[in-house]
Amino acid sequence: MKGWFAGSGRGILSGVEHTGRVAIFFGQTLQFGLTARWKWKNIIEQMVNIGVGSLPVIMITGAFMGMVLALQSYYQLHKLAVETGIGALVGLSMARELGPVMTGIMLTARVGAAMAAELGTMKVTEQIDALQALATNPIQYLVVPRFLSCLILAPLLTVYTVFIGVTGGYLIGVKMMGINSAFYLSHTVSLVGPADIMTGLIKAVFFGMIIAIVSCYKGLTTTGGAEGVGKATTGAVVTSSILILIADFFLTIIFKIINM
Amino acid sequence: MISIRGLKKFLGGKLVLEEVNLEVKQGETMVVIGPSGCGKSVLLKHMMGLLKPDAGQIIIYGKDITRMKERELNEMRKKFGMLFQEAALFDSLSVEDNVSFGLREHTNLNGQEIKKIVQEKLRMVGLGDIAGLKPSELSGGMRKRVGLARAIAMDPEIIFYDEPTTGVDPIMGDVINNLILELQDRLNITSVAVTHDMNSAYKIADRIAMLYEGKIVETGDVESIKTTRNPIVKQFIQGVAEGPISV
Repeated sequence: MKGWFAGSGRGILSGVEHTGRVAIFFGQTLQFGLTARWKWKNIIEQMVNIGVGSLPVIMITGAFMGMVLALQSYYQLHKLAVETGIGALVGLSMARELGPVMTGIMLTARVGAAMAAELGTMKVTEQIDALQALATNPIQYLVVPRFLSCLILAPLLTVYTVFIGVTGGYLIGVKMMGINSAFYLSHTVSLVGPADIMTGLIKAVFFGMIIAIVSCYKGLTTTGGAEGVGKATTGAVVTSSILILIADFFLTIIFKIINM
Repeated sequence: MISIRGLKKFLGGKLVLEEVNLEVKQGETMVVIGPSGCGKSVLLKHMMGLLKPDAGQIIIYGKDITRMKERELNEMRKKFGMLFQEAALFDSLSVEDNVSFGLREHTNLNGQEIKKIVQEKLRMVGLGDIAGLKPSELSGGMRKRVGLARAIAMDPEIIFYDEPTTGVDPIMGDVINNLILELQDRLNITSVAVTHDMNSAYKIADRIAMLYEGKIVETGDVESIKTTRNPIVKQFIQGVAEGPISV
């Protein structure tokens, strides 16, 4: 019994400690991001990697997500003879939920993992020490460009995912299932408004921050050689994915409360 | 010049440095020897301000660097150079970008001037036209020399060497020793090196200090270390398995 208490106590303490450290890390990143001179070369390099590199993945995910959504809802709504509503259903789901969440998860897998592995390798090969020895702050030099790139590109890529998803839904609904195109589009336009798009983009901004902060933190706190880099990478992907889903839930509640 | 007083450091629940006291004079090369894992690199990282001690002071240029804020510490670090054990070159950058890193970050020199300095530093460490290569394309000895070129790029006043000859063949090891001596002669730099390679220590040191069980157990010039009566130092420099140092 005593051991159990001690064990859970240690667990809680370490959880609180980690949360605190991540919060400090986030604060420092914001501070450097706002006050220090931006290193455009590094930011553009990261943006090309995150943005252009992720396009094919995002395209495939978005297209299939929209298509399967249209297909599935057609089978259900057809029974009630309201299948013209598919357009609105796909549009709303993509814009509010699936667009930002899927983009976030795909970015975590593709970009977050790479960030954690790269920074982790730099940590265990003393490159982070070398950076400091050259009078350069690792957060300013490595984390801020990644943070800004994720912050800007997550919403941009989300727009892309939503657009491709809605197009995929249209193709399935109109071209495959033969729903009247005019009905499909008018339903979509009348029910999906700017606020829906906006909430999705705000979510994406948060997801982008989560990915960059968690992955960079995991990378920079790596210890223990190649095994440690593996652990840091797994940890970054798992933690970011979970946090994205949790954040999604609470953001949805907040948007509901403020009537957005 | 560098004065370490009562330095103490716990790492991972273990007392690595118990009480280190060491004085390094202007222009001399101090070599810290000691068995693997005795905390030599930890000591060096404290001098760079990369680690903060649990107690004690490190006075450099009359200022305690262990109490410094990062901004102040970075100003100090611009006067330092450090050669890491595995060179720690940035593997996403070319050799040229590695060597010129400090110059690009902290000076207003233009591209032409920086290129000239990079070429000059690479020539000093005996490397020719390799500026465009990536670190992964270099051999161990070349990486170390590029690391050295990066360490001296900003014309530092103090250089820290972490195991300068470890991981390279004996001949390359001697080439690196000669480079260190040459830099010393030419630039009158103050140096602190940590190593367990006694040939290297004898060759480059003005004075040698031995770190054992978290303390400096002896300090002296090369001759006095060679003829020491201290059984710990004697066992270490002779490299025998039997003696007070348990393996």
